[in-house]
Amino acid sequence: MTYGGAAAAALLRLDHVAKRYAGGVEAVADVGFTERAGGFTALLGPSGCGKSTVLRMIAGLIAPSAGRIAWSDAAAARDIGFVFQDATLMPWATARANAALPLRLRGMDRAAAGAAADAALAAVGLAGFERSYPRALSGGMRMRVSLARAMAAAPRVLLMDEPFAALDEITRFRLNDDLLALWRARGFTTLFVTHSVFESVYLAERVLVMTPRPGRIAADIALPPHPRAPGFRTSAEYAALCREVSGALEHVMAAAP
Amino acid sequence: MTDRALRVLMPLLIAAVVLGLWEWAVRSYAVPDYILPGPVEIGATLWRDWASLSPSLWVTLEVTGLALLVAVVAGVALAAVFAASRWVELALFPYAVVLQVTPIVAIAPLIIVWVEDIRVALLIMAWIVAFFPILSNTTVGLNAVDHNLRDLFRLYRAGPLRTLLWLRLPAALPYFLAGLRISGGLALIGAVVAEFVAGTGGRASGLAFRILEAGYTLQIPRMFAALALICASGIAIYLALSLLSWLLLRRWHDSAVGREG
Repeated sequence: MTYGGAAAAALLRLDHVAKRYAGGVEAVADVGFTERAGGFTALLGPSGCGKSTVLRMIAGLIAPSAGRIAWSDAAAARDIGFVFQDATLMPWATARANAALPLRLRGMDRAAAGAAADAALAAVGLAGFERSYPRALSGGMRMRVSLARAMAAAPRVLLMDEPFAALDEITRFRLNDDLLALWRARGFTTLFVTHSVFESVYLAERVLVMTPRPGRIAADIALPPHPRAPGFRTSAEYAALCREVSGALEHVMAAAP
Repeated sequence: MTDRALRVLMPLLIAAVVLGLWEWAVRSYAVPDYILPGPVEIGATLWRDWASLSPSLWVTLEVTGLALLVAVVAGVALAAVFAASRWVELALFPYAVVLQVTPIVAIAPLIIVWVEDIRVALLIMAWIVAFFPILSNTTVGLNAVDHNLRDLFRLYRAGPLRTLLWLRLPAALPYFLAGLRISGGLALIGAVVAEFVAGTGGRASGLAFRILEAGYTLQIPRMFAALALICASGIAIYLALSLLSWLLLRRWHDSAVGREG
């Protein structure tokens, strides 16, 4: 079965992007894809294949060694939220102060930023924990604060670097659903790095499978659009899609030198 | 009994036992005061001579406090400069190490010759001793910021000043406070050593000078009384800085948060 609705305008385009670090490590080679506005795409690949490097280049945190990253709307390039693999919170600040950080850094006054942060925390199910410090929160709750921080500034683009990899399965499933609900409500463009076939199929509408280092895009698999039928995670269709994506991943691993 | 109560009671118990044995030994063997006075005699001397010892205590504490204050301001400021510029750090840090490893007694006479005001000379000497732990620890702390948090600040286009104030300084706080606790004791040691050196010229009136003065006249209980004041000052400084550290870190840092179970 093939999927894909009406083609939306590309927001982001990567052409022949490569990255070689100063130590000589070639992280990615010749990566190219486009991402439509409002899309949800998973970058899937084995550990060390350069997925995170691609995300960091898109965020502008590191520069490509070769190739070009182009945005159709320059404002979107400056309106990015980023969620790291660990929660990356400031331990000396409350959940509210952490979630308010992007707004405060953009010059918003403390009261307005705090109110927006409270709303973002409530949206990820953390109402009542605004004054808690990160050390008093569980791993899942810390990750929710991280998600709230990314959401507080209402970004047009959300980049997520294996955000739920360190969490237990129950918490991960719950956060998957919360993320999907936020994405559907707000329509931000999402690039989600993961090494979990199951997570990529559950969340994304498209999976880009990367080869081992130096990473390249080896397969571009379209998935059914959201919203999906209730019980999708236990459906035969989900199992079949996981098999397909898993097969693509096995293929690139087998072809690797 | 709680852990907190034990922390207070056990050292007090040890102190009571040691002082008791000391007093018993001095009395039993009839040790004369000019060899080793007992704790009771030292306490009586402290009470009797408080009027003359207390001004010296304040002089020593004033030098200690000012030296620590200048060490904090200069140490944090220089650490911030080091954090902002790798080149400056590479160029200047070795000289900070030189300052640290040079014995203060070796350069004290020079400082006394060069600086006319003896109070300022004492301050400089105590500062030299207290400065390095704050500089070193704060520099490490400012550079020990989580790389992802640093990336996040870059992503949101935070300038260097805001990154310093909102990210690097709070991250460095536990390191700075650890350095401050070391420097508090060192500032007192620096002040006392400086007074010893300066005191030989007869121009200082801190506790160290009182010890020298008492030694010349064989007033050994008075020597011990002055020494007890220095020890008590050191303990008080350590406790005060530990309390400050706990107050600032108790909500978020593992070093200040009790662990259950």
